[in-house]
Amino acid sequence: MANVLVCIKRVPGASGQILLTEDEQAVDARHVGWTVSPHEECAVELAIQVAAATGGAATVLTVGSSDALEQLRDALAVGCAGAVLVEADTQHFGPVDVAESIADVVRAHEVAGTTYDLVVLGNDAADTGDFQVGVRLAYALERPVLTGISTCEIDGDTVVARGDGPDGLEVFEVPLPAVVAVMEGGVSPRYPSIPGRMKAKRAPVETLTDSRKPVGSGRVRLKLPPEQPSQVEILGAGADAAPAVVDLLVKLGVVAK
Amino acid sequence: MNAIIVLVEPEAQGASEVSRETLTFARDLAARAGGAPVHAVVAGPAPDEAALLAHLGEQGVATVHRAVDDRLSAYAAAAWAAAVVDAAHSASAGIVLAAGTPRGNEILAHVATRLDVAMAANVVEVDGVDPLVVTRQVVGGSALEEMRLDDAVAVLSVAGHACDPVPVESPSHPEVTTYSPTLTDTDLVARVARTEEAAADESAALTSARVVVGAGRGAGSADGFKDLLELTDLLGGALGVSRVVTSLGWRPHHEQVGQTGSRIAPDVYIACGISGAIQHWAGCQSAKTILAINTDPDAPMVTKAHYAVIGDLHEIVPAVNEELRARLG
Repeated sequence: MANVLVCIKRVPGASGQILLTEDEQAVDARHVGWTVSPHEECAVELAIQVAAATGGAATVLTVGSSDALEQLRDALAVGCAGAVLVEADTQHFGPVDVAESIADVVRAHEVAGTTYDLVVLGNDAADTGDFQVGVRLAYALERPVLTGISTCEIDGDTVVARGDGPDGLEVFEVPLPAVVAVMEGGVSPRYPSIPGRMKAKRAPVETLTDSRKPVGSGRVRLKLPPEQPSQVEILGAGADAAPAVVDLLVKLGVVAK
Repeated sequence: MNAIIVLVEPEAQGASEVSRETLTFARDLAARAGGAPVHAVVAGPAPDEAALLAHLGEQGVATVHRAVDDRLSAYAAAAWAAAVVDAAHSASAGIVLAAGTPRGNEILAHVATRLDVAMAANVVEVDGVDPLVVTRQVVGGSALEEMRLDDAVAVLSVAGHACDPVPVESPSHPEVTTYSPTLTDTDLVARVARTEEAAADESAALTSARVVVGAGRGAGSADGFKDLLELTDLLGGALGVSRVVTSLGWRPHHEQVGQTGSRIAPDVYIACGISGAIQHWAGCQSAKTILAINTDPDAPMVTKAHYAVIGDLHEIVPAVNEELRARLG
């Protein structure tokens, strides 16, 4: 039986135009909505699969504001058995603070009788892109860590995980307990069922408060890349433009005339 | 003046292109920091040590720290990090860099944790050296963050294609120091047990192709790729797709270009039926020339492209294929 903790982060949607708040300290998500990253959707799916295969339970956790209950309930709706909200002023949190905050919950739950054999996270947050929370968490918990993982399964006391490497699909076999950071691509996240959604609405969420003095992220400010005025040259419309396309490809040197 | 040390990733013919970019980035940073020497650290197997050394000389590296240990035969991030930390100490390095690749970011995360300092991922620019302030990519490259690194050692990865790899005028002759890094059994627990040949080869083809034919929702269905694949063949390129295409199961994930797929930098990117959402733009913005084929003249992909053809890809791509076949004979 393997209990799995999966960590997610409420982030602005990435389908629309990015705007910044006036103080340049955050992305203004008013018009784009909130979501979790594709990596984390896959992490949730893997957590549920691993827990189900071993008769354990998947618990979802986030560190953030109470608005993140929405993302926790989405994870409950697809099959997580429990949820933990660590309320904190994450605006001033950096990767060290987030990792320490998660580690505190893992240790507290262990004292209370629940050991998480596997902690899974997304490989990098869709907004801050720090690429380090999983690694820092693993050091705090003194566990081995794998990043860039697309699939994993439990075999006895070992997690067998696979991820793309420079020479092919790399296979890791690491003793539990372990930390795994997941990349999109190995599994397809499931959709919630109606009963799943109903159940998620009523599911209790353990709410904790983290009032640590944060180490911080070093953020000075956010800025947007300079807007390039459109310089597109329209070669034509429809099939008639084909000769102009090929002329261009020849000019660019990718077609030997 | 404290040295700047760069973790270099070897490949078949020397140092990887992104590692060479990172060395150029480090050299510019060193010049701004009052002429600090640039050191390189290499761990694990290198297929061609001589070519690697030649690349490091071209980039003006002063000293190469070559970690040698049988236990470094298979990749283990913690062991690589131990090797980097040892080299950084012996070089008295004030700044540690690596390319912003999956491995580069992973190893630096270990290094920063071990040194108990901050890490900046995917840096594109240095804004100031005293204190060190860098600009890095966030939100998949659609926003930037100015970040201050004021720990005793600054750890940062350099985003791919943040600069071109520029050789120095006269190559240096780096001094090579081999050393045996301090490795513990714990460092070797999370280690590649074996490598299975798989899709990774194909996504490697995508990231190294000179021409990439991109396809998005406009392909219409899983059966809508025949002409696009023919165009790819005729150009000797690779097919790349947007996230919606892989989410709908039309094409495999390893073909995905974007924030959660491959980042490409081909000479020419032909984006067919792709609107150009941020998720996708994050992966294709480093293409040298972009040609968009789209029914919507106001689609972001069209307005950001260098060239565009307005219309349905299912009419335009077959016509381009026919024209190509005629000219190629």
